[in-house]
Amino acid sequence: MTTTKPLLGAPTARLEAREKVTGTARYATDYPTDRTAYAWPVPATVVRGEITAIDATAALADPAVLAVLSHQNAPRLRETDDPFVTVLQSPRINHRGQYVALAVATSLEAARAAAEAIRVTYRCEPHDVVLTPDHPGLYKPDEVGVGMPADREHGDFDTTYANARVRIDVVYETPALHNHPMEPHSATALWDGDELTVYDSNQDSSGVQQALARLFGLAADKVHVVNEHVGGGFGSKGSARAPVVLAAMAARTVRRPVKLALPRNQLAATIGYRAPTIQRIRVGADAEGHIHALAHELVTQTATVGEFVEFAAVPTRTMYHAPHSRTTHRVTRLDVPAPSWMRAPGECPGMFALESAMDELALACGLDPVELRLRNEPTVEPDTGLPYSSRHLVECLREGARRFGWHDRDARIATSREGRFLIGSGVAASTYPAFVMPSHAEAHAAADGGYEVRVSASDIGTGARTVLAQIAAEALGVPLDSVRVRVGSSDLPPASVAGGSSGTASWGWPVHKACTELRRRLAECGHAVPEQGITVAADIAEELDDREDFARHAFGAQFAEVQVDPVTGETRVRRLLGVFAAGRILNPRTARSQFIGGMTMGLGMALLEGSTMDREFGDYAERDLASYHVPACADVPEIDVHWIDEEDPHLNPMGSKGIGEIGIVGTAAAIANAVHHATGVRLRALPIHPDALLTRLADQLGLA
Amino acid sequence: MKEFRYERPTDADSAVALLTDAPGAAYLGGGTNLVDLMKLGVAAPDLLVDVSRLPFEEVEETDGGGLRVGAAVRNSTLAARRMVRERYPIVSEALLSGASAQLRNAATVGGNLLQRTRCLYFQDVGKPCNKRRPGSGCPAREGVHRDLAILGASEHCVATHPSDLAVALAALDAMVHLVSAAGPRSLPLTELHRLPGDEPHRDTVLRHGELITAVELPPPVPEARSAYRKARDRASYAFALASVAAVLQVRGGMVHHVRIAFGALAARPWRARTAEEALLGQPATEEAFGEAVDRELAAARPLRDNGYKVPLARRLAVSVLTDLAAPDAGGQR
Ligand SMILES: Cc1cc2nc3c(=O)[nH]c(=O)nc-3n(C[C@H](O)[C@H](O)[C@H](O)COP(=O)(O)OP(=O)(O)OC[C@H]3O[C@@H](n4cnc5c(N)ncnc54)[C@H](O)[C@@H]3O)c2cc1C
Ligand code: SF4
Repeated sequence: MTTTKPLLGAPTARLEAREKVTGTARYATDYPTDRTAYAWPVPATVVRGEITAIDATAALADPAVLAVLSHQNAPRLRETDDPFVTVLQSPRINHRGQYVALAVATSLEAARAAAEAIRVTYRCEPHDVVLTPDHPGLYKPDEVGVGMPADREHGDFDTTYANARVRIDVVYETPALHNHPMEPHSATALWDGDELTVYDSNQDSSGVQQALARLFGLAADKVHVVNEHVGGGFGSKGSARAPVVLAAMAARTVRRPVKLALPRNQLAATIGYRAPTIQRIRVGADAEGHIHALAHELVTQTATVGEFVEFAAVPTRTMYHAPHSRTTHRVTRLDVPAPSWMRAPGECPGMFALESAMDELALACGLDPVELRLRNEPTVEPDTGLPYSSRHLVECLREGARRFGWHDRDARIATSREGRFLIGSGVAASTYPAFVMPSHAEAHAAADGGYEVRVSASDIGTGARTVLAQIAAEALGVPLDSVRVRVGSSDLPPASVAGGSSGTASWGWPVHKACTELRRRLAECGHAVPEQGITVAADIAEELDDREDFARHAFGAQFAEVQVDPVTGETRVRRLLGVFAAGRILNPRTARSQFIGGMTMGLGMALLEGSTMDREFGDYAERDLASYHVPACADVPEIDVHWIDEEDPHLNPMGSKGIGEIGIVGTAAAIANAVHHATGVRLRALPIHPDALLTRLADQLGLA
Repeated sequence: MKEFRYERPTDADSAVALLTDAPGAAYLGGGTNLVDLMKLGVAAPDLLVDVSRLPFEEVEETDGGGLRVGAAVRNSTLAARRMVRERYPIVSEALLSGASAQLRNAATVGGNLLQRTRCLYFQDVGKPCNKRRPGSGCPAREGVHRDLAILGASEHCVATHPSDLAVALAALDAMVHLVSAAGPRSLPLTELHRLPGDEPHRDTVLRHGELITAVELPPPVPEARSAYRKARDRASYAFALASVAAVLQVRGGMVHHVRIAFGALAARPWRARTAEEALLGQPATEEAFGEAVDRELAAARPLRDNGYKVPLARRLAVSVLTDLAAPDAGGQR
C-alpha cells in the first residue's frame, strides 16, 4: 500500500465539487424536515432607546402564523456579553437593525408578512453613530484581538522621530466593510425533548455547540451542530450569530423544526463587519531610507455592547526594523451594530496604512519602493525580539519584481499614458500570522480496508476537507480514495474555528498525528484489522505547549498596475501579481483560489467597497449587493499568483502556514500606490471612487 | 401571507381593461424591478398584469425609415439586433452598460423606462420618503445622496432616474406609444418622466393603467456620429454616477445638428437643450463644447456629497463631443 506520487502538494480537486455544482450539497436550510415552520426576524427601526409596546395582533390574525416572539415572551437565555447571540432578551435597543421580534409561521411568505405586520413602539434616546479622530469616548482597550496588548512602545519614539532626517506624518482611513458571504447566515433547528440539533451556516461547529449549550443551559453533548457545507463566511460566521439562536428559540416555542435564513438586507446590521479605522502613521528615517522611528496609532469604533477592536496597528509590530516604535489602539463605543472579524482583521486595514506610508517614504527618500523595503528587513521580530520561524519577504519582493517587470517601469509620477488613460504601478507587502489552535481528531481503519478521518473541522468553501484527506492519506500511506473524511459536525472530535487562517494547520496536525499512529498500529498487527476496526484519537495540546518560541508569519508581495481615466476619475486594475511565502503549499489548486479570492477582495476594498453610516438613521446605508459593490468579473483582471518554496521545520508536521487571509493583505495599498504613480494623487481614504479622485485629478493635471 | 392575483392577457385591450378601475393593480414586465420592490414592501400591488408576452415583441423598420421597438422586447434582444447596432449604436451601448446579462435577458423596454429610483431611502420602508409616502419627508437631502440629482430636483425629492436606455432614447428624439382606456396617444420620451416638484410620488405623466406599447425612433440623422459614455464605480453591474448620450453632425467645422442627454443627474433623462441651442452653428471645438455645457450645468444645485457630478458631467460631455467632432476618431459613429 504505497502511493507513487506524494499526495501533499498535489492539485487535488475539491472532493465535494460535484455535489456543489450539481446542487446536491446541502446548506443549512436545505435539510428536509417535517412540519417545518419558518421564521422571519423584525429589526428595530430606531437607533437607541427602549421598546415600550409590541402589538402582534394583526400578525397573529393569520392562522398560518404560529408565534410572535419578543423580549416579552421569548425563552430566557443564560446571560452573556456576546451581542450577536443575546437576542430578544430585553427591551433595550442598542443599534438600529437589532432584532426586536420574530415571526414564526407555516410558510416563509406568511412569516415575512407577519413580521411586517408587527407594530413596535419605542421610546427613543439621542444617538451617536459617527466615528471621529478625536471622539470624546475614545479609550484604551485592555487588549486587542486575542490577548494582544493595545499599546506597545520601544525605545524613544518622540525624540528619534523629531530628529529624523526624513519624516512622514499621514492619516489613512478605511470605511466600514461588510463580509457579505454568498450564503447569508441561516439555520434549521430541531428539538427532540431536551436535545437540540441545528444545521447552521457557521465556521465553527464546536464553538457554536458550546455557545448554544451555554445559552440554553444544556450539556454540550445535548447539542448537535451540523455545518457540512458553508457558503462562505469571511469571519462573520466565526461564532454563533442570531439566526441559529432565534431558530432554536422558535423551534422550542412552536414545537416544530424551524428554518431561518436572513434576508441579505438584514446582514449589514446583525452579523458583524470590519469597523472603520482612522490610522495615523509617522515614520522617521535617514536619507538612505533606514527607518529609525515608526508609530502607528489607530482609532476605531465598537458597539455599546461587547467590544471588538480592529487591531490594525498589530502588523506594524512585525513588519520592519524600527528601533523606536509605538503602536496604539483607541476605540470608542457608538450606537452602531457590533463589529467583528472580517478576513484578516487588523492586518488588512493596518497594512493598507503602513504599506501606503512606505510608498510615501520611498518617494520622500528618492528610493525605489521595493528597495526601501529590502533596506528595512529585520533580523528578528521587532516587537518580541524572537527569531522568525521563516521569513521570505525579500524573496517575494525580488521574485515579484522580476515577474512583474517592476524594474522596467518608468518610475516618474503621472507620466505614463496609453490612449487617454493614465497608467501606474504599485507594490506592497503582505503578512499574516501562522496560527495553530488546539484540536482533536480520530483516524479509523475499518476491517474492509477503508479509512475514516473524523474532525469537527468546517469547510467553508476553502477546500479544507480535501486537504485533510490528502494529509490523512499521505500519513497513512494509502490512496486518497480509500480515505473518507468526516467534517462539519460538532459530534466529531472537537476542533477549532475555520478562522485566523489556522484551519489546515490546527486540524491537519491531529489528523496527521492520529493517522501516523494508526499506520504504526496497523503495521504492528500485520494489518489484521478486527471486525470493529481500529480507532486512534489524537490531540495536539502537548505539542502546542512544547513549541519553541518563534515569530511565525507568512509574508508576501503584491504588485498592481492600474489605469485611470482622467475624464471621469475611474480607476481599473489591469494586472495584479501576488508572490507569497506561506510554508508548504499542500494543494496548489485550492491554495491558488484562496490567494486569488483574497486579492480580489483586496481589490474591492481599494476601489469599490465601503458602507456609509447614515447619521440620522444610524444604519449602514448600503444593504444589498446592488449598492454594496463587490468586484464584478469586469473589475478583476488576470490575477497572477506564485509562491516561494518555503521549508519551515517550526510549524507543524505538514510544514504549512495559513493562506486564507494573506491574499487580502496589501492589495489595497499596492493599488492605491499604483493610483498615485499613475496620477500623482495620493488618496488616503478608501475606497478610491471616481468622485474622490476626480476632484483631486483636476487640480493635479490642471484640468477644468 | 400577502396575496396578489396574476393575469397574463394576450392583447393590449384586455391588459388595459384589467387595470382600469383596479387602483391596486400594476403591469409586470420582466419583474426585475417591480418584484424586488414587492419583496421590500415598497410596492404592494393586489393584481399583476403580465405584459411581457403581449404581442409587442417586434423590432421593425417604420415606413419613414425609423425603428419601432415593441415594449415587451427584452433589453438583451434589443441590444443585439443588427439594425440597432448599426443604425442606433448608442441604444446598444446604453443597454449593454446597464445591469447584468441575466437582468438584461429578463428586462423589457417598457419596464426599463418605468423602473423606479435607486434612492436608498425609497427602498427602505422603515424610513420616510416623499416619493414612497407623500408628505413623510426627504431624508436624502441631508443624508446619503452621493448618487442623487443635481438638476431639476426640488426640496421634496432629489431622486434620479436610473435607466441608461432612456438617456440614449432621449438623445435620439424617441417617441413613446401608449394606450389606455381613453385610447392611444404618443409622447416624446423626454416628456414621459416628470421632475419631482411637490409631487415626487409621480414619476411620469402616465395615467393609471396607461400601457407602453412601443418606442419609436426617427430615422438616423445622416452623417451624424453618436456615442454613449457612462461613469460608474464598478466596471459593470453598476448604475451611472453620470452618463451622457450625444449625437453630433458637423459640417464645415460647424455644429449642424446636436443632441445631448445626461443620465443620473435628474429625475428624468436630462436633455441639454440649453447646450444644444448654444452649439448650433458654432465651431465644433472643445472650447465651444465646454462653454455650452457650462451653460447647461449652470442650473445645477448640488447637495453636500454630489457636487462632483457637475465636473464629471461636464468632462464626460466635452470629451464625448470632442471625440465625435474629430473626423477620424475610430469606433464611434
Ligand atoms: C442590481 C441591478 C442593477 C441594475 N443596473 C442597471 C443599470 O446600470 N442601468 C439600467 O438602466 N438599469 C439597471 N437595472 C435596472 C433594470 O434595467 C430594470 O430593473 C429593468 O430594466 C426593468 O425592466 P422589467 O421589464 O424587469 O420591469 P418590471 O420590474 O417588470 O417593471 C418596472 C415598472 O414598469 C412597469 N411596466 C412594465 N412594463 C410596462 C408597460 N409595457 N407599460 C407600462 N408600465 C410597464 C411596471 O408596472 C413597473 O412599475 C439594474 C437592476 C438591478 C436589480
Ligand atoms: S430623494 Fe426622493 S426618493 Fe429619495 S428619499 Fe427623498 S423623496 Fe424619497
